[in-house]
Amino acid sequence: MNDMTPTREQRTAALEGMGCKRKRVEDIRFTQGKGNYVDDVKLPGMLHGDFVRSPHPHARVKKIDDSEALKVPGVLAVITAETLKTVNLAWMPTLAGDVQMVLADGKVLFQNQEVAFVVATDRYAADDGINKVVVEYEPLPPLVDPFKSMDADAPVLREDLAGKTSGAHGPRKHHNHIFEWTVGDKELTDAAFKKAEVTIKEMISYHRTHPSPLETCQCVCSFDKIKGELTIYGTFQAPHVIRTVVSLIAKLPEQKIHVIAPDIGGGFGNKVGAYPGYICAAVASIVTGKPVKWVEDRIENLTATSFARDYHMTTEIAATKDGKVTGLRVHVLADHGAFDACADPSKWPAGFFNIVTGSYDFPTAHLAVDGVYTNKAPGGVAYRCSFRVTEAAYCIERAMDILAQKLNMDPAELRLKNFIKPEQFPYHSALGWEYDSGDYHTAMRKMMETTGYAALRKEQAEKRAAFARGETREIMGLGVSFFTEIVGAGPSKNCDILGIAMFDSCEIRMHPTGAGIARMGTKSQGQGHETTWAQIIATEIGIPADNIMVEEGNTDTAPYGLGTYGSRSTPVAGAAIAMAARKIKAKAQMIAAYKLEVHEDDLEWDIDGFRVKGLPEKFMSMKDICWAAYNSVPPGMEPGLEAVSYYDPPNMTYPFGAYLCVMDIDVDTGVYKVRRFYALDDCGTRINPMIIEGQVHGGLTEAFAIAMGQEIRYDEAGNVVTGSFMDFFMPTAVETPHWETDFTVTPSPHHPIGAKGVGESPNVGGVPAFSNAVNDAFSFLGSTHIQMPHDYWRNWKAAKQLGAVA
Amino acid sequence: MAKTHVTMKVNGAEVEGLVEPRTLLVHFIRENLGMTGTHIGCETTHCGACTVDIDGMSVKSCTMFAVQAQCSDITTVEGMANADGTLSALQEGFRMMHGLQCGFCTPGMIMRAHRLLKENASPSEDEIRMGISGNICRCTGYQNIVKAIQYAAAKINGVEFREAAE
Repeated sequence: MNDMTPTREQRTAALEGMGCKRKRVEDIRFTQGKGNYVDDVKLPGMLHGDFVRSPHPHARVKKIDDSEALKVPGVLAVITAETLKTVNLAWMPTLAGDVQMVLADGKVLFQNQEVAFVVATDRYAADDGINKVVVEYEPLPPLVDPFKSMDADAPVLREDLAGKTSGAHGPRKHHNHIFEWTVGDKELTDAAFKKAEVTIKEMISYHRTHPSPLETCQCVCSFDKIKGELTIYGTFQAPHVIRTVVSLIAKLPEQKIHVIAPDIGGGFGNKVGAYPGYICAAVASIVTGKPVKWVEDRIENLTATSFARDYHMTTEIAATKDGKVTGLRVHVLADHGAFDACADPSKWPAGFFNIVTGSYDFPTAHLAVDGVYTNKAPGGVAYRCSFRVTEAAYCIERAMDILAQKLNMDPAELRLKNFIKPEQFPYHSALGWEYDSGDYHTAMRKMMETTGYAALRKEQAEKRAAFARGETREIMGLGVSFFTEIVGAGPSKNCDILGIAMFDSCEIRMHPTGAGIARMGTKSQGQGHETTWAQIIATEIGIPADNIMVEEGNTDTAPYGLGTYGSRSTPVAGAAIAMAARKIKAKAQMIAAYKLEVHEDDLEWDIDGFRVKGLPEKFMSMKDICWAAYNSVPPGMEPGLEAVSYYDPPNMTYPFGAYLCVMDIDVDTGVYKVRRFYALDDCGTRINPMIIEGQVHGGLTEAFAIAMGQEIRYDEAGNVVTGSFMDFFMPTAVETPHWETDFTVTPSPHHPIGAKGVGESPNVGGVPAFSNAVNDAFSFLGSTHIQMPHDYWRNWKAAKQLGAVA
Repeated sequence: MAKTHVTMKVNGAEVEGLVEPRTLLVHFIRENLGMTGTHIGCETTHCGACTVDIDGMSVKSCTMFAVQAQCSDITTVEGMANADGTLSALQEGFRMMHGLQCGFCTPGMIMRAHRLLKENASPSEDEIRMGISGNICRCTGYQNIVKAIQYAAAKINGVEFREAAE
């Protein structure tokens, strides 16, 4: 071997494969302003559409007069529900099995609901037109409080459902009832509570909030009358699903619909569903024969496209005196707003909320969820979490702290006592899931050791004593959170969207020179897929990641996939990539055997090529195999080197983590300071540690926002009062705490590369850590549960109610 | 609506156009000039995605009329790369420190950081955090943006960049 021969380490490093902190491919264009987002798309003759929206939360629409609007220079058309009825599009199906008005049909059901769509030559003229559309309303009493939805005298919101005693998910109990969903063994659980030594019960609310990516929802629709083809550029987390939905509801042949999701400026669940803007822009393009752009403004985004959460969870735990949990009972009142536009797999009206037993070995549990309508915006979406998983994690993590308080036990010790043990995996939970792998005790103990948990508790005790003596006005809280997520939707046996199984896909095509392209069913919104997907391929087939181009978002070229949300890309598409790469490798092995004149069983894989066992000098690199695939394949073999994989996962994946938030609160002002935040994540095999850390930072920041102030709030009259970034808490660099990250690695046993997904873990685990810190700080003053969000004012109010402030 | 003739310098080149008095500067830049690197995130001056540099100041271009920029000297993100086309210290810092994810806030963030480093060549972490507090990022949690700016400051000042220990 001469000096020029690279070492094994150098050959591995040159691939920039899995485990490498590879710098992102995307950043070259993004840092130079050369991204291509939807609002950057400009087509010849393009028009702009914008909405007339309802000022009322609940009203009858008596008349829409567009005559003055049509006189405005530049205004070409005003589309109403009547226009849409001519093409049978006044209503559209939601992902949750409900229907939703595209434009107000006789009635409006939430403030800022879409009433008419004005189409004009530019966005300014469209706005002028909106101001001239006269709508006559007859206000109706608004229903804002979900707890009053099923009162006997509650106003009827959905007149279209009159007489329908069952919906997509079974019987309806009331005119404002959507569904009831129950899981678990009620009898056994009730019995556990009857004989319990200790029980706790608390109504734990997870307030309404909004994903609010920095880029709002938008699209450009262009209908070609001659070819009968519709092209849609849009902010779509799931472009293929959008194509199928458009085909089904617009009755256009699916091959004539081209959906392109270009660069997306953040999604966080907001861009999964279909919104009236997409339908109206498409119809407007068909009507006018020109491309039509629709761009939501921030107020519209916050008040009309899908909210998240709004779950009100009455939670009970049964336990023994020494802190062993024996039963869990949860009832959820789910506020879906005016239409159930929940983005969930079809069979699960409350998503995967039945992960609510968390990381604990509950022998029995029972869950019931009632969904109701109110005069609020429709939803809800999974804001940086798998479907309803953040609600479930908040519910159980808050409840465990409340139980610890009742038992006078340390919250960390209570968790350690009840964790599912490593030897219990695969673990069957009382509510029906099979947890793939975990080592909770190791993660928890690492968190406690790294943070100096015992010393922090000691400091807290001293501060409490000092507070009692009147020496300080500051209280200290330790927020422990240990979450188990359920992500990677999902196995076809239990997950589909409108009947389409939730697989995902990858197609890899290697070129003669040893470069290639990978096309995906997923769609990055900032996760860095162009970088990480190439890393998986690099490790699998020994071609440098730099030589693999990753393409997503074009339904004409990409294999069908269900998109990116619910931390599903790595668990599902990541597996499809590995499987497609392994098909390539298998063919490559046959080609190498032929070229090296040995049997393929005589070959072994060696970083970036095949070597003849026992003859190290007989080696053929993957690069050379690519060339051979195009000129000298074995007799009878087809030339070329490409493969496609559609991966239907055998199970979900179950990432977990141990978080600790250390917080100080001034009782006289309610001002809090996050002194320290430590996040240990176990997402199985780590593909790119730099990107994982970035995802954790971002998810924690969103968790911080939600727990400490971010809320979509309505007043009693049904007006949304948090409609801009002035009122809706968006942390800046000043408020955002410093994040400490850590990890353990427990690979998923059923995933080809052992990866579990991480994007949403920090949001799921972060919210309870913050909320538990606040609650832990106040607990010694006599409180058991203070509702989120914990902004300064609410903290001050809590201190006052507890008698800490005069 | 009657249109007004405007001229200004953008990224070193003289440009002109006809705009309505109400046309926002960000729309003039994006739609008349076709430079789409400057983004719109809120249209209410909160998010900073539309930040550009005007006559030596950071300005949110969604809250300024194009006519107000008459005869001014503007730099947008498209004018930030080095003359030879390589990434500038700030752009490189954002890439090396993973200071961006979806990339939507990035042009505004880079433009603000550019002016911040002109005002204060060696800012502390607190000064950086305060200095970019008019710019919202939904993806990164800011920690790596702070590092990106520190990286750029070190490179511009010709000193070695050392990442602070966690």
